[in-house]
Amino acid sequence: MAYQKPRQTFKGQIKEVVMGKDLKIGGESVLPFYTFDGDTGNPPRIGMEVWDVAPTGWPEGLMNLIKDVAEDPAAWAQFYVKNYNPDFIVLRFVGANPDVKDRTPEECAEIAKKVADSVEVPLVIAGCESNEKNGKIFTKISEVLANKNYAFLSAVEANYKEVGAAVGLAYGNIVVAESSVDLNLAKQMNILVMQLGVKPEKIMMNPGISAVGYGYEYVITTLDRIKLAALDQNDTTLQMPIISPISFESWKVKESTATEEDAPEWGSLEDRGIAMEICGAVGVLAAGSNGVILRHPRSVEVLKNFINSMLN
Amino acid sequence: MALTGMDIYKMLPKKNCKECGFPTCLAFAMKLAQGGVEAEKCPYMSEEAKMKLAEATAPLMKTVKFGSGDKTYTLGGETVLFRHEKTFVNRNRFAVMLKDTMSDDEINQKIANMNKVNYVRIGENMFVEVAAVKCESKNKDQYLKLLKKVKDECKLAVPMIITDDPEIAKAAVEEVKDLGPILYGANPQNYEAMVNIAKENNLLLGVEADNLEALYDVVSKIRSGGYNELILSTKADKAKQLFDDIVNIRRTALVAQDRVFGYPSVVFVNNLSSDKFMQLAYATLFVEKYGSIIVLDEIDYSLALPLFALRQNIFTDPQKPMRVEKGLYKIGPAEENAPLLVTVDFALTYFIVSGEIERSKVPAWLLIPDAGGLSVLTAWAAGKFSGKTIADAVKEMGVEEKLKTREILIPGKVAVLKPDIEDALPGWKVVVGPEEAEMLPKFLKDYTNRVA
Ligand code: B12
Ligand code: SF4
Repeated sequence: MAYQKPRQTFKGQIKEVVMGKDLKIGGESVLPFYTFDGDTGNPPRIGMEVWDVAPTGWPEGLMNLIKDVAEDPAAWAQFYVKNYNPDFIVLRFVGANPDVKDRTPEECAEIAKKVADSVEVPLVIAGCESNEKNGKIFTKISEVLANKNYAFLSAVEANYKEVGAAVGLAYGNIVVAESSVDLNLAKQMNILVMQLGVKPEKIMMNPGISAVGYGYEYVITTLDRIKLAALDQNDTTLQMPIISPISFESWKVKESTATEEDAPEWGSLEDRGIAMEICGAVGVLAAGSNGVILRHPRSVEVLKNFINSMLN
Repeated sequence: MALTGMDIYKMLPKKNCKECGFPTCLAFAMKLAQGGVEAEKCPYMSEEAKMKLAEATAPLMKTVKFGSGDKTYTLGGETVLFRHEKTFVNRNRFAVMLKDTMSDDEINQKIANMNKVNYVRIGENMFVEVAAVKCESKNKDQYLKLLKKVKDECKLAVPMIITDDPEIAKAAVEEVKDLGPILYGANPQNYEAMVNIAKENNLLLGVEADNLEALYDVVSKIRSGGYNELILSTKADKAKQLFDDIVNIRRTALVAQDRVFGYPSVVFVNNLSSDKFMQLAYATLFVEKYGSIIVLDEIDYSLALPLFALRQNIFTDPQKPMRVEKGLYKIGPAEENAPLLVTVDFALTYFIVSGEIERSKVPAWLLIPDAGGLSVLTAWAAGKFSGKTIADAVKEMGVEEKLKTREILIPGKVAVLKPDIEDALPGWKVVVGPEEAEMLPKFLKDYTNRVA
């Protein structure tokens, strides 16, 4: 008997969202990288993290690369685009945190505008630890950058009304609905944002992330289940592209922070951080994320090659 | 292929004698097809029918073994494509590639690294379980020399003999058969000789072919020859093709229910790229999607820490969250004045925190309330790690009688609990610790110096 390859096709399809002018994300109707089953849609997209303040606690090699631009987010973003060719830049407002610099929404908007003017690629605007503060800065930034199709990370249960109304409705940008590692919560957040009147093409989601080894199985299972519900059951409330800010967690854990004096047998700290980030990123892409956010240029290079080799 | 009720019915004696406990042969056949009853219940079934049935009702994916003694491992036996459907049962194993054409320096370096990566994470020993030893020289003596070296110096790993030359294979098996090696290299040309060697020594046999069609053909032949201890791979050296092959081997077994591909797989990610981080990327993919032995060019801690952690995550049973018992745990020779810390009963958190306390060498007490088996923030968000739960635990475990200290250290992530705990525990002071347990050694040393 000759071999017959099984094939799995689905009713549903992930929505295609346009970031910026023309960066398409999502659109697949098969499981991630299942080129043998059908249309894998747009390739997963990669964004690089830029902060509004000079970062602390980043590894030395990376700091050396960015030392001339780390104080100036616009120059920094430009430097990344020129040298590493990311699909988008993630401008993260760490300094908006009331405990850091407590930047005002106006200050944030001014910085965002500068960065937006300095690069061609789309921006993803990320906030600080405070949901309340994020609601305020997102409102102002999306006003200044109206109709740019920039994504805002994120709307959570505590601030989705404010964020959704400003970002998604008034100023025509993209709302990223965030939830905590649970399919039902992800669905509920998407529904809530849609009920505000935000169009599905203006919604993406972040259903939660963690570093590998730190509850990561829940992350993978949540992604698996969301993708199956979206594709197999054609659940339109879960067909938004998924974006995963992997770098936000990967660089915090012991594997990527323990110094070489503290853990001599573990070897290069920078390598460990890069490895945690690569593993975390590939892991979520293989389970259905449509985009990942990374910190280290080396990880970006690897992820680009990886994605390319899986699709071509 | 799975048998339907009708297929089975055709094999039955059709006496409708009811001795099986069912009113008719057809009813019995229907139940058998669902796996709800055993074929033995019908005393009149022919031996041939029984055999056919046993085959048809056996698990879709075979569980195979390799290794020996406490280094015996099982692979395969999976029943689902996604861990949430039930659970993944047999974790993948990692291998490092050693070739007999490599320089001594290179070999020594790789073996040293394999021996160096050996640590415990959440109660599990982490090391490379397989030494993939490949004959590239086509020279028996040269190969056996390497194999001997591996046997002597790589005590943690079980060898995987890689050669497609039956004569070399035979000599190699002779050299390491006590270790329960894997014999990898059966193919459409040599499979008869290779099967014989595997059969004689009861070894797991790696079968490879250029593509899935050729693999299907050779595995079918090996099966009809009666050998079943197999592990499969294709020679694809492009990521896209290899992923296609490995996913479809698994789906052919579990979805198309065709047992010809009902075996675990070997994935040579070292053939996809020579860059270690690219190999890490591919290894990550195949941990999640269906690789059973994953072969890397090298191992070091930067690769091991994420990969072994990922594997540990993916292969936990989603139906059984890992929890530890609530209680007051003593870490090191703690006395009644030693520092007291509190965390949750999620096993992952407990192991990380207790590990860091041990590393600090400061003897201490660790209080674990019933927090629903959740992580710190999850439990806090779910209302299961609150001022009240912590205060109740202090009382329930008799902390005030057992210890003299009236200070309790809490995780930095739940600093907001400080006033609640202090309200609920008159006479106590709450000290907010660092956010990550990794900072505990430094924190505890400063803390005890300050108190002393
Ligand atoms: C896995 C996970 C889950 C799993 C739970 C797994 C489990 N057994 O805990 C599931 C899917 C069930 C889950 C559910 C929920 N989750 Co949850 N979950 C996570 C996730 C992804 C990882 C958690 C984890 O395992 N961390 C690893 C462990 C080791 O961390 P840890 O316990 O904090 O320990 C560290 C430190 O705290 C420190 N430490 C620990 N103890 C001590 C003690 C001392 C003295 C010191 C100094 C330090 C210290 O050391 C450790 C290592 O550094 C996080 C997001 C993230 N990336 O962290 C969200 C997260 C914790 N979840 C969250 C929420 C809201 C929930 C839900 C309430 C959602 C909901 N509304 O239903 C539910 C509640 C569950 C319930 N009702 O039963 C939120 C909490 C938000 C907040 N800040 O309050 C998070 C942060 C996600 C988010 N960003 O929104 N979750
Ligand atoms: S015992 Fe066998 S023959 Fe008798 S009814 Fe049952 S299946 Fe038919």
